[in-house]
Amino acid sequence: MPRAFAAKVLTANDLLEGDVVYLAADDRWVRDHREAELLEDEAVAEDRLLYAESRAAEVVGPYLADARGGPDGPEPIHFREAFRTRGPSNYPHGKQADV
Amino acid sequence: MYEYSEADHAFLAERNRQFRAQVERRVDGSLTEEEFKPLRLMNGLYLQLHAYMLRVAIPYGTLSSDQLRKLAEIAERWDKGYGHFTTRQNIQFNWPRLRDVPDMLDALAEVGLHAIQTSGNTIRNVTADHFAGAAADEVADPRPHAELLRQWSTDHPEFQFLPRKFKIAVTGSAADRAVIRAHDIGLELREKDGKIGFRVLVGGGLGRTPMIGKVLRDWLPEADLLPYCEAIVSVYNLLGRRDNKYKARIKITVHEHGIEEISRLVEERFALIRPAFRGADRTLLNRIRAMFAPPEWADLPVPPLPDDPGLRAWADVNVASHRNPGYAIVTVSLKKHGATPGDATAGQMRVLADLAARYAHDELRISHEQNVVLPHVHRAHLAAVHAALKAADLATANVGLASDIIACPGMDYCALATARSIPVAQGIAERIEALRIERDVGELQIKISGCINACGHHHVGHIGILGLDRAGVENYQITLGGSAGPDAAIGERAGPGFAYDEIVPAVERLLTAYLALREEPGERFVDAYRRLGPAPFKAALYPEAARDAA
Ligand code: SF4
Repeated sequence: MPRAFAAKVLTANDLLEGDVVYLAADDRWVRDHREAELLEDEAVAEDRLLYAESRAAEVVGPYLADARGGPDGPEPIHFREAFRTRGPSNYPHGKQADV
Repeated sequence: MYEYSEADHAFLAERNRQFRAQVERRVDGSLTEEEFKPLRLMNGLYLQLHAYMLRVAIPYGTLSSDQLRKLAEIAERWDKGYGHFTTRQNIQFNWPRLRDVPDMLDALAEVGLHAIQTSGNTIRNVTADHFAGAAADEVADPRPHAELLRQWSTDHPEFQFLPRKFKIAVTGSAADRAVIRAHDIGLELREKDGKIGFRVLVGGGLGRTPMIGKVLRDWLPEADLLPYCEAIVSVYNLLGRRDNKYKARIKITVHEHGIEEISRLVEERFALIRPAFRGADRTLLNRIRAMFAPPEWADLPVPPLPDDPGLRAWADVNVASHRNPGYAIVTVSLKKHGATPGDATAGQMRVLADLAARYAHDELRISHEQNVVLPHVHRAHLAAVHAALKAADLATANVGLASDIIACPGMDYCALATARSIPVAQGIAERIEALRIERDVGELQIKISGCINACGHHHVGHIGILGLDRAGVENYQITLGGSAGPDAAIGERAGPGFAYDEIVPAVERLLTAYLALREEPGERFVDAYRRLGPAPFKAALYPEAARDAA
């Protein structure tokens, strides 16, 4: 049996700032994981990746990362993606500085 | 120190002008990321987890106070007020914005610094003993040779697209503080019949397949340095594997072809190219050497150290012997317990620059252990230097001890990481301080990498820690018995890895076991390990397994 598709968000880094960004359902690049579009269908996810790649003037290195729905919006699954939603653990820099 | 010529300045200005235009073309959409990425990497600009990172080369770890002040200014103006010193004697700025990078590079060029060849499959920053030019035990200052190699390798047309990156380290002392045995080429200055020459090692390296370098030539006359290195790199350039990035380093080339065959090919190539060198390299070396003439030593009386326990404890471990008995080498620890190894704030950089200008003949060094060295401090000034460091929170007395931990940036910054390193280093150092065992434990090298690339040199740590991703969870593997010096050895894996919240207690168990196992207080951790073998240390790491077996 083919494995069930695990939900994803589309993420990348902002071209000018380098900051982590996510693709929202309305095609905006947002900085908060919870505002990302949760992609639960594989074909849609692949389509969104192609679309993100066409916006190379704004972002670098778009890819699909595993995520799940949560009460406030999508949540990361892997610890690497969780770190990307916050910033480094040794200083209050990065996204966590804006909270 | 080496002074840039007009040609050097013009070269940098032109490179920076080109890069500025490339950034603009990327921003206006005329360059794709695919086209731009190799260009930015050639100029030291990486994209990490949360931001860009600019890696600046500090040639053979030597800085003037003006250069360090400029790094402080850059940290403050375009970054978040600090910089991270790496195991390759470089500095990394973790938060630059793309559009600011050309300005940062121009600012660096003002003081003769740049980021060229801090990435890519090129010859990287040539590293050296951080006590170079000051050590009591050195045959000669290796920095003129390192500078010669730097000039030869920078923008070398034949060596911009090697099979893989290439690292050269030079030491002037048999004590090997530069880890030359873990470099693609390791050079050790030696003296024979009143002449200077090199022992040449090749094929050392850490990473996925760690290897200790092998002797390619036991004696190479000084005059043959460049043609011989060129011969090695060109043999590698042809022979090195380009089909598999994991097998592309020269260590694998040496392993697959054997040191005898590599030696034959290098000697053949050397004989061919040597006549073309005609002595221009030696003229250049002499010119460079004049710039590294030792400073004019002050002839002051040496008063005894004041009877201050803090000062004495610091001098015990952070101060080393100088070639001039009136002087000392001061290592400033960037490893305050709980701090990020290798980080210095702009304020601290300025304090260090001022101290170097006032007390150290204007020189500083960055060590691969991620500390800062004031290489020439007169013993009459040790108390004043210590007081100034203390006021700047830079007087941690732990050089060479358990909390003087090497840690790579790991998953707090690095895009390649499989786990974090920094908080593990912080946790271990804090625990050691809380237990108050550091002095008792004595010399111990703990080294942590956040992935198999081993930038944190974990293989050659007395205790090495490698952070991995095991099924989506951070997991830390311990290796024991490694060593980075003249007795270089690759540590042995102790057993199954530990979870993030188990790794600090595991290290604590190792230290407690060592204290009980050692023959006498002078027996270092690594010596006890060599004497006893892994079994008692494994029993301490895995008490349940030991209990089950009993
Ligand atoms: S060892 Fe791995 S995680 Fe650490 S800096 Fe090197 S590449 Fe990054």
